[in-house]
Amino acid sequence: MSESNTPNPNYEPGAHPDWPPPVKTTGVIGWVRLNLLSSPLNIVMTVVALWFLGTVIPSMIEWLLINAVWDAENRVDCWKQMTFPGDPDYLSKELPRGWVQPGGCWAFIENRMSLFVYGFYPEPERWRVKLSFLMLVVAVLSVLWDKMPERKFFLWYAVAFPFLAGWLLIGGFGLSPVETDLFGGILLTLILGVTGITFSLPLGIMLALGRRSKMPVVRILCVLFIEFIRGVPLIALLFVASTMLNYFMPPGTVFDLLVRVLIMVTLFSAAYIAEVVRGGLQGIPNGQHEAADSLGLNYWKANRLIILPQALKISIPGIVNTFIGLYKDTTLVLIIGMLDPLGIGRSSLADAEWAGLAREVYLFIAIFFFISCFSMSRYSIYLEKKLHTGH
Amino acid sequence: MGAPTGTEPSSGNLIARLWGNEETRSVIIQIVTLTVVFAVLALVVRNVAINFATLGKSFSFDFLFVPSAYDITFSPFIDYNSRDTHLRAAVVGILNTLLVAASSIVLATVLGFIMGILRLSSNWLVNRMVYVFIEFTRNVPLLLHIFFVHGIIITTLPPPKQAMNIADTFFLTNRGFYVPAPVLEAGAGVVVIILGLAILCVIGFWHWAKQVQDETGKIYPVFWVSAGVIVGATGIAYFVMGMPLSWSIPALKGFNFKDGMALKPEFLALWLALSYYHASFIAEIVRGGILAVSHGQTEAAYAVGLRPNRTLQLVIVPQALRVIIPPLASMYLNVTKNSSLAIAIGYMDVVATIGGITLMQTGKEMETMIIVLLTYLFFSLLISASMNWFNRRMKLAER
Repeated sequence: MSESNTPNPNYEPGAHPDWPPPVKTTGVIGWVRLNLLSSPLNIVMTVVALWFLGTVIPSMIEWLLINAVWDAENRVDCWKQMTFPGDPDYLSKELPRGWVQPGGCWAFIENRMSLFVYGFYPEPERWRVKLSFLMLVVAVLSVLWDKMPERKFFLWYAVAFPFLAGWLLIGGFGLSPVETDLFGGILLTLILGVTGITFSLPLGIMLALGRRSKMPVVRILCVLFIEFIRGVPLIALLFVASTMLNYFMPPGTVFDLLVRVLIMVTLFSAAYIAEVVRGGLQGIPNGQHEAADSLGLNYWKANRLIILPQALKISIPGIVNTFIGLYKDTTLVLIIGMLDPLGIGRSSLADAEWAGLAREVYLFIAIFFFISCFSMSRYSIYLEKKLHTGH
Repeated sequence: MGAPTGTEPSSGNLIARLWGNEETRSVIIQIVTLTVVFAVLALVVRNVAINFATLGKSFSFDFLFVPSAYDITFSPFIDYNSRDTHLRAAVVGILNTLLVAASSIVLATVLGFIMGILRLSSNWLVNRMVYVFIEFTRNVPLLLHIFFVHGIIITTLPPPKQAMNIADTFFLTNRGFYVPAPVLEAGAGVVVIILGLAILCVIGFWHWAKQVQDETGKIYPVFWVSAGVIVGATGIAYFVMGMPLSWSIPALKGFNFKDGMALKPEFLALWLALSYYHASFIAEIVRGGILAVSHGQTEAAYAVGLRPNRTLQLVIVPQALRVIIPPLASMYLNVTKNSSLAIAIGYMDVVATIGGITLMQTGKEMETMIIVLLTYLFFSLLISASMNWFNRRMKLAER
């Protein structure tokens, strides 16, 4: 490549000093040459990508932050602040014709924040929601952080958490009862997500074991259940929950809609978990079953101590993906009239004071879901690496 | 099951002894399970009967033959108006579901393969940009994507009067995307038959070419020959029959466009959102599949003297496809099922017609939901059966 690399015959054998690599292949220049400009096609792609980023990113930052308004009474106030920035008399001025909104009106989100978080949960009782969020943080921490002091106690607490929180929110412990149709926003998403995740995992594992059972009746029932649930969309099942399920109950039973939806969501994701876990079970070599048998372990002990720990370890990515899917699918409840964050956002958009600010609302909800789901998937990657004992 | 057999307790009654034996125990468990399941089913049926009786409802599918009295704005395949029956409305809904599912599957596959290959590009910038897009799309609910695209179409696109005009043939407005519609004239049938025959010939040629390749290793330019046969034969037939195909070009008349074909905003939004959302999953499947083919395969192919394009065609792609197809099939199933979100923006698919308006009008929850569930079950089983068949064929190549 360069002159410095040509061997100098004057050196004694073995005395040749180590030359530094050519400048063009190291450092920033080398990286750019290798990763951005390695072939004509790559050069073209880099140029196109840079042009795209150059046009999109500045206008995005401008819309998101620079021109954005954070404090306003209503939509028109927001827009006037954008058109006449720094003008103390902006409220008395008319908007020009054909005016286009140059920035985000985040005042809308701030204005609706408590709806987005609590739904219509009664104002004086909101400390219960806050307390249950705090309890959720402790429960999640105990599941995720394996060096937590007194972890065993906290794990039992995490198992009890859904019941404790449910009781707290609906109004046990002598608290005033709150109707479940007032639940909404992020609170509703978390209720659906956490309950679905906690109950669908054990149910899914049982279904997976049932599907691999040697007893034909058990196996066929599990297969029928799993294939039926996986063959229909969640929307249809939610419609079943909202319209049909009451007919299945003894006459006169009042069956809360939230509970019906929770059951459907749990069954739905359990069927998917079952298939993921079945994949994991199939990945366990037969020798493991035989080894467990030869130790004299019975079916349940063999599964609990030998088979499932290994099978679940290889199914982690699939299980977490199912959880992420479940978490995202909680938005579908808006179609049967429940107000999750997206439902709150849609109904806020119908308010004449703020109408037309769809971008802000959708972006806010998208960021909320992105943060939750992306951290779940990152955690699963971390867990997979941590539990990886192979070579 | 895993327990050692034949460890019956030496003493104890009959039940304990039966329970101690693995085979009899499994029979007992199955009988109990079956009894419980049937008991629950019987209870449910009884409850339904009582509830129906108290509400004065009946279980029958007669409502299907009653006029529906509601309009469906988007019915590209069959004629429908509000005097038609609920059954016809259901058929329109099913066809709409199939249309949006099939077109989303095609677009999602194309986009997914492009993104998956770009994710493997050595160009760092492109690689990262696609990564950011994929992660952001995957981690946001599909319903939000659908609302977002629908919102963009109906609020930021111009009304028909100021339509975005592309070469006077395509018009983009907030009422939909207007495209030319093909009009078949006399003799067009012959062209279609010739096209069908050409496709059959090409499939025969594929089989023959594969046989020759398996036996002798000789490779025919399959793609060019098939393209030539199809385009050539159809083209000749087209000109011989006197060009029996014309295009009806959309044009602005009054407040809206006439002629041509309109892709309604609801269809467009659902189609685009379903496509790019699932494409971001397909991209990861494709990337994983290609990475799963070990680098040694490429090196081995180079070592026996194959050029890069032949290596890709004969070594990498067939092995990668074997990894890609099973998850791809379940993704296609997901697209079909997720098309049910149509109801959120008012696209009239099977859930919105029979499971939505018909249900509201007739109050036949049980019957309409059964129809909806059976429809989806049928298509899901159809897709998974055909994908299993395809998968088996790919597997046979294994030695």
